[in-house]
Amino acid sequence: MSFSWTRVGAILRKELRDYRRNRFVIVTMTMVPIVFIIAPMIQLFVANATANTAHLDTRIGLSLLYMLVIPAIVPSTLSAYSVVGERDQGTLEPVLTTPIRREEFLIAKALAAFVPALVISYTIFGIFLATAALFAHPVIASAIYAGTHVLVQLLFTPLLAGWAIWVGIAVSARSTDVRIAQQLSMLGSLPPLAILALISLNVITASTALALGFAAALLAFDLLAWRVVAAMFDRERLVTGRRA
Amino acid sequence: MTETHEAGFGRLSSVDPPALVVDHLTKRFGDRVAFDDVSFEVGTGEVFGFLGPNGAGKTTTVRTLGTLIAPTAGSATVAGIPLNAKNGSAIRSRISIMPESPGLYLRLTVMENLQCFAGLYELDDIRGRIGRALRAVNLEDRAGHLCGSLSKGLRQRVALARAVLNDPAVLFLDEPTSGLDPVATKEVHELIASLRERGVTIFLTTHRLEEAERLCDRVAILNTTLRVIGRPDELRKQLFRRSIDIRLRVPLDDPQAVFDARPGVEGWDQTPAGYTLTVSDPDLAAPALARALVKADADILSIAESHHSLEDVYLELIDEDVEANSR
Repeated sequence: MSFSWTRVGAILRKELRDYRRNRFVIVTMTMVPIVFIIAPMIQLFVANATANTAHLDTRIGLSLLYMLVIPAIVPSTLSAYSVVGERDQGTLEPVLTTPIRREEFLIAKALAAFVPALVISYTIFGIFLATAALFAHPVIASAIYAGTHVLVQLLFTPLLAGWAIWVGIAVSARSTDVRIAQQLSMLGSLPPLAILALISLNVITASTALALGFAAALLAFDLLAWRVVAAMFDRERLVTGRRA
Repeated sequence: MTETHEAGFGRLSSVDPPALVVDHLTKRFGDRVAFDDVSFEVGTGEVFGFLGPNGAGKTTTVRTLGTLIAPTAGSATVAGIPLNAKNGSAIRSRISIMPESPGLYLRLTVMENLQCFAGLYELDDIRGRIGRALRAVNLEDRAGHLCGSLSKGLRQRVALARAVLNDPAVLFLDEPTSGLDPVATKEVHELIASLRERGVTIFLTTHRLEEAERLCDRVAILNTTLRVIGRPDELRKQLFRRSIDIRLRVPLDDPQAVFDARPGVEGWDQTPAGYTLTVSDPDLAAPALARALVKADADILSIAESHHSLEDVYLELIDEDVEANSR
């Protein structure tokens, strides 16, 4: 049987409906972005507009780093729940008895975490850009718009979300406890952020080549991870708790 | 049905190809044997009961045939498709499994749950199919209700509607009436009967022996290995010698004189209710016994051939296993 987007769509629609009616998911999706937009917003108004360009650029880069935490954290909790949560609820076995293939199941789960993460992250970044354009000092606003910051945000948001999602799903597929899965998944989403932090703090010298190389590495990881996680997805272990 | 059953072998001679062919199938988890060297066939349109104590390997067998877990040894054909890793998706599209726990999405409505599974089976005419499935389990008026708000019995019925959604060739039902009240149980039994009429093969795992006796064409009793397989009446004949129960108002003064040397009578026991006589042919023995009792001036309350239920068969076999294990 070939890959079916109909089956992917069925799981995706189910997940999005489930999120809408799950208070925990709604609170997480609302609170995380609010927490991580506060620092960048403060920077908009307290940053010294008369500082030299390099200093201003670093300050802005650092504050925008906070916003890259959003695409890493929001899908991390969702993807960590995706397999072990269904198993806990007893809903995994009926789904696995249908013709759905593990690649389809996993891509559906990944998209279900990716779509809200992307929408929320870009929305928050849009609010930040609008606030900067309307209320921040013109020097700061132009520093935000003129540099590569916007490009970095647009480029790295989906790539970081992809990393967090596949790490989360991999942990979820091998875990037996939702809480442990969420903690491990959260930890697993941090390494790329740490590299971005080192770049923002000028510990690693930022360059276009470095950014593109890093983005390419993340993209390659995101694409490969689907196959790797699919290979780790063992129906027998998930249903019986024992290895095949 | 067009097939004939050969009790004791689990093989069918049939016009239609069997819906399930299981050949020396074994599943081990490390050192633990879930089921061992199990072989049987299930005919198309047959209702096949799969009985056994807790931990006997029933659910593992269903999961294996449903391609959720891989067998350690042996082979099987499910709905005409050989059981192997490559055919998993194809087999699952032709069967349906209703696990013991309904496993519904509780924050979704009944309709949304069924829509999700209709999508997973890539069904056409989703609305029509869902409508028919809900009518079959008398849940049309609950389509918009959240599954989390339904009682256990209603959830079980939603799971049944989900199981028949794809018109499966083989339907595996794991304890379908568990937790249902008598009315809901009767509805499930009627649904199984109507599915049988439509030619659906049903593999029914149950602890309710009267349910198996009432619904199933044949039953198999599993206790890690397959202990017995056949029609309930054939199993009774295999396991129990034929006997006649006699109830009298007052016990006989000299039962030996009445029962001994009667045609067809092989032995007798006194029971709290009267006498139980082992006979070779009840049709021959019963009239002779009636005449002898009348001659002995006994006050006869009843003379009837002993009836052994499927429960008796089940308990006899399981007790044998318990005794064998304790030796």
